[in-house]
Formats: sequence, C-alpha cells, structure tokens
Amino acid sequence: MTHSRDYAFGVDALARVEGEGGFRVVVRDGAVSEVALDIFEPPRFFEALLVGRSYREAPDITARICGICPVAYQMSSCAAMESALDIVPSRQVVDLRRLLYCGEWLQSHALHVYLLHAPDFFGYEDAVQLAAHDKPVVERGLALKKTGNKIMGTVGGRAVHPVNVRVGGFYKAPSPFEISALAEPLRRALDASLATVEWVAGFDFPDVTGDYLFVALRDEGRYPIEGGRVVSSGGLDCTPAEFADAVVEEHVARSTALHARLFGQKPYLTGPLARYALNAGALTPLAAEAARRAQLEVPCRNPFRSIVVRAVEMVFACEEALRLVESYEPPEPPAADMPDPEGNGAGATPGAERAGAERAGAERAGAGVTEAPRGVLLHEYNVGPDGLIRHARIVPPTSQNQLTIEADLRRVAEAGLELPPEELTKRAEVAVRNHDPCISCAAHFLDLTLERAP
Amino acid sequence: MSVAGQVGLAHPKPSLAVWKFASCDGCQVSLLDLEDQLLDLLGALDISYFLEVTRTVVDGPYDLAIVEGSVTTPADAERIKAVRAASHFLVTVGACATAGGIQALRNYADTGEYVPTVYANPAYISSLPTSTPVSAHVTVDFELHGCPINPVQLLEVITAYLAGRAPRIPDFPVCRECKAAGNVCLLVAEGVACLGPVTSAGCGALCPTVGRGCFGCFGPASTVNTASLSSRLAADGASQESLKRIFRGFTAGAPEFEKESSRHDPQP
Repeated sequence: MTHSRDYAFGVDALARVEGEGGFRVVVRDGAVSEVALDIFEPPRFFEALLVGRSYREAPDITARICGICPVAYQMSSCAAMESALDIVPSRQVVDLRRLLYCGEWLQSHALHVYLLHAPDFFGYEDAVQLAAHDKPVVERGLALKKTGNKIMGTVGGRAVHPVNVRVGGFYKAPSPFEISALAEPLRRALDASLATVEWVAGFDFPDVTGDYLFVALRDEGRYPIEGGRVVSSGGLDCTPAEFADAVVEEHVARSTALHARLFGQKPYLTGPLARYALNAGALTPLAAEAARRAQLEVPCRNPFRSIVVRAVEMVFACEEALRLVESYEPPEPPAADMPDPEGNGAGATPGAERAGAERAGAERAGAGVTEAPRGVLLHEYNVGPDGLIRHARIVPPTSQNQLTIEADLRRVAEAGLELPPEELTKRAEVAVRNHDPCISCAAHFLDLTLERAP
Repeated sequence: MSVAGQVGLAHPKPSLAVWKFASCDGCQVSLLDLEDQLLDLLGALDISYFLEVTRTVVDGPYDLAIVEGSVTTPADAERIKAVRAASHFLVTVGACATAGGIQALRNYADTGEYVPTVYANPAYISSLPTSTPVSAHVTVDFELHGCPINPVQLLEVITAYLAGRAPRIPDFPVCRECKAAGNVCLLVAEGVACLGPVTSAGCGALCPTVGRGCFGCFGPASTVNTASLSSRLAADGASQESLKRIFRGFTAGAPEFEKESSRHDPQP
C-alpha cells in the first residue's frame, strides 16, 4: 500500500466513548506533523451554575456531569466540601463510600472492557457482533456490570445519579441485611472478573510504549479510591489542595475542554495505568495474583494493555467490596453533623437554617480528590457564610489526560505510517479508547460569558 | 447526517438511532443498564446509529429515534431538525431532552453572573444563551422523564413501540409511590421540604425512602398545585430564596416549575 506523503486522517465522531469527540492526524512529507483530539461536546457550564447554590447541593448537581461516573463526582464534591467546612466523616461512612465506589468502578470498568474496548481486539464494530460470536463472554460482562449497579442501587438508591449521598455521609444507612445480600453476587463477580483478566490477557496487543508521567492517589497502603495524597512517578507527593495549585489548565481552539498540565508544563496521565504503576503493591491478594499470572509488568507502559489493568482492578473492586460487605457496620448517625445555612430547599429541615447560619463563619475553601474509574477527579470550592457556593472548579480526569492521549495518537500514527489508512485510523481510534475518555465530563467545566442581543 | 436510503417501517426489524445532545450520557447508560434484556433488545432492532455502542453508522430514515440531551448550541438547533426529518417516531428521554436539564439554570443567569474566571478565550465557544428541550425545536412523539430516566420505563416505551401500542407511563405524583412504599410522610411528619406532591412518579419514591425530600427530577406531575405546596413549605420556614432554588433544579425548565420558581425570584 503506497499513498501520498501528505495526507490527513481522522474520525469526526468517535464511537464507543462517553460523549462526543473526534480526532485528526496530519501527515506531511511522510511524517506526522499534527495531532488533535477534538472535543465538540456542547459545554454545560457547571462551574458557573454551581455559584449561588447551597453547598449541600454540590453532590447532586455535579453528579449530572457524568452518567457513567456520578459517584466519583459525588465523592470528590463531598471531600472538597468536608475539607472546606472541617467535617470529618466517620470510619463507617468512609467504608460505606468505598463500597459504593467499588460498585461504580465495577460497572464502569465492565462497560468499558466488554462493550467499548474489547470489540476492537477482535475487529468487531460493537459488542453485539462480539455476542454473535461469543454470547457467554458478553453475558459475563453484563453480569459484572449488573453487580456493580446492584451495589450502587443498594448503597446509593439507584445506579445513575444515586440519591443517598450527602456532604458528611449518607441520608440513610442501608441495613446489614441489605448489604449482606451483596455477598453472593460479589462472589460470582469475583470469579467472573478473574476470568476477565485471563480473557483480556490473551488479546493481541500492538507493541507501543508510552513515556508517561503518572499521577494517582496513594492511600496509606490501600489501593486508592476515595481519598489520599496525590503522588506522581516524578516524585510529586502532596495534599489535594496543593495539587489544585499545581494543575494549570489552558484553553485551546479545538476543544470545549481545557488542557491540564502539572505546574503548567508537563502533560501527565491519570487513570488505571497510573494507579497501577503507583500502587500495585497495595492490591488485594487475588488481584495481585491475577496481575502476576497475566504477566502485567509494573509499571505497564503499553496503553493498549490498559484493558488488562482494568480487569485486574475489577478483581480488586470485587475483593474489596466483599471485605467491606463482610465487615459492614451501619454508620450511626449516617452523616456527620454539619452546618445547614439556608437549608437547600429540598431535603433540608427548615428549622436548622438559622442554627447553621450561626455556625458557619467566614468564607471557607476546600479541595477534594478521589479516583474516578478514569483517574483523579479534583473539585475545589469556596463557600460563603450563608452556605452558598461562591466559586467552583472541577478538573475531570479526561481533561488531565487529553495532552497525553494526543501524544499517544502521535506515537501510534508514527509507528503505523506504513499501514493502510483505514487500518491506521482504526488503530488510532483504539489509541484514544485505551484511556476510556469521558468527553461529557471534559467538556463541562468551562465558564462562559454569554452575549445576549440588547 | 444524510437522510438518503430507505429503511422504513416495512423493514422486518425496526431501525433504531440514539442521539446525544447536551447531557451527561446517563440516560443512554440507563438503556445499557438493562443488562438482562440488552442483547434481546438490541437483537429486536437494527442498530443504525448509536455511537456509544457501535462504530456502525447507517443512513436514515430511522423507525425509532431516541434523543438524549438539550439544545444549547446553534449547530445542535440545526442538527435536531435533521434528526426529526430522518425519524418516524421520536422519543426524548431524560430531564435534559424534556425540560432543558440542570444546564437550563443558565437561562436565569445575567451576563454578569457568568464570569470567565476559568475560561480564557470566549471566541472559541459557540453556545446559545439558553438550554431548551427538544420539544421547543421540533415535534416530539413521546417524552420520557427523569434525571436519569428509569430503565424499566424505557424498556416499556421501546416494548410498546415494538408492539404498536401506547406506553403505560404514569403521570400521577410521587406521593402515590411513596405511600405504596410504606414511607411516613416527611413533609407532614418532619417538615422536610419535599416536591413529591407536585412531581411525577416513576422513580419509585427513591428520595423519601432514604429520608430526604424529593427534588423533582422527574418533572411536574399532571394537574399539580405548586403554589399550594410553596405556601406549606413557607409556613414550615422555607425562605423565598430556598423556594426559588427548590423549583429551579434538574427540571427547572418545565413550565409549571419555571413559573413557580419565578414567583419567588426577586429579580424578574
């Protein structure tokens, strides 16, 4: 196959990713001259619309940024608000949050591994074609996803945009009986996730190595989910608030998302590859054993093998969720005591408003970081003495990964210039999908000046 | 999007197209959350356009179109017309598509309130000043409410379409589901602000069941009296500001809630 030395290829609307985006690669004189991940998802201006709303509404409102990882938004917003208001949730609340989050990791990873990513390794257009050739395997993926959703339903009230999460904890603690009903499906899911690791480890992976700066949380010897310090493979080790200062975002023409750099200079990668690189030693025993059997090196720098890391994290999520189910103690009270200035209308006890207003003093600021399935999710808020949000900043994983995804696109294009254009385009699509981009998330944190006709 | 080709209702399997506008993807995810029915469902339809699921793109017209998301950009205001023109039966799903979604809060913002604190280059962005439901732009054949929609209700809508009958989706208030769930009324017993009396059922009274007031994500029920509920909440101590906020939430753009929130907004 020969073609001209000057050409461009790309995809206008990427399939099997969350949200709407595309990419372009320009080749000049036989070399890659330009790559761009285009995000044209319409911006929804969450950071602007949060201003003037009650701090209590942040978990519910920010959940609506993403239908695939709403719990991540709820957990990062709670962490940031609790930091701002000096609220310390109980150990039981933290454990129950971790269980809820395990459910989200399981459903999100199962969705990505089975329905979005795996079809690429067989040359199928979608999981429906995959099911036509191997129905049991797709059913196994759907069963895993269902178990994740069941955890979210039991703890959070529903799978998409859970209703039971509040700043300080939960509205109602699930009963031990309800939680114990998760054990059986989780045991089956553990087996299914072990089988998943074996399945994906046997895929044929292009030989690509990324020179990544990894960024993830680290949480006192546990595999990080709902909190911890922010660390990097370059030696960073800081609090969420310090991380908020270190991340600098820039706005470019081709995207309704901002591009994040660490200290304004270095692109970095967050997500499963980064978590695994920086925390492999903290995996639960069966997950660690599954990684070893899959010959998953630490760190893994082949982005195509991120599917194996996700599968290993599914094993971890099942093991960890089982441990939390078996040791469950209902938090009592279900949420920490907290100020309630101005109530929030819905769900508030109006009588508490005045008492709360006295407790809240001057404007408070706080930052929170948790591990969304796709990587670290930063929230930062300022809350006024009236309990209303004065300022909000949300930095989702995909905007942090955007520059690195473009670097991967360039790497894959350069390594594949001899391939027929259609095959190269497909491989480049997978290079984007490797990082499970959540484009709805990335596009939604712009602020905007509206111009209206006079 | 091309409208060439001919699939048509005579085709043995109806074709399905799923479109995304400004939204979180959660309602599409709710379709994928029908794990036990998903493969049968996708097998009963020709998936002609569903980017979240497949690379396959088939030109329209489409028998059944499912639209998620609100219209917020000039380009999307044109795109929804093309989607309508290519669709025999168009169903909108979720609070964004049926009421403008949480992003419709921009409809109430002054220019000065949307300060470009983070955003450096406004020239790169093309956005309408409002977020509006699909029905404000084109004729919609059926609206399914919820933020997010209830997957079981979506299954009912698709099943009814395949069977050629009307979907059975209730529009009575959440209170009825709440009573059926055996909950003590939060509004009456504890004075908790709850939109259950004016919000459409469909979720199964999830919020009152965990002890918090309903915040209206399924939009207004039929023939509701929002002013009466506001009087009751005010008597329990809710301020004008919190009354404005409670109705100005995930379904702020629904006409009944929009009218009620504006009654409590000092800035017209």
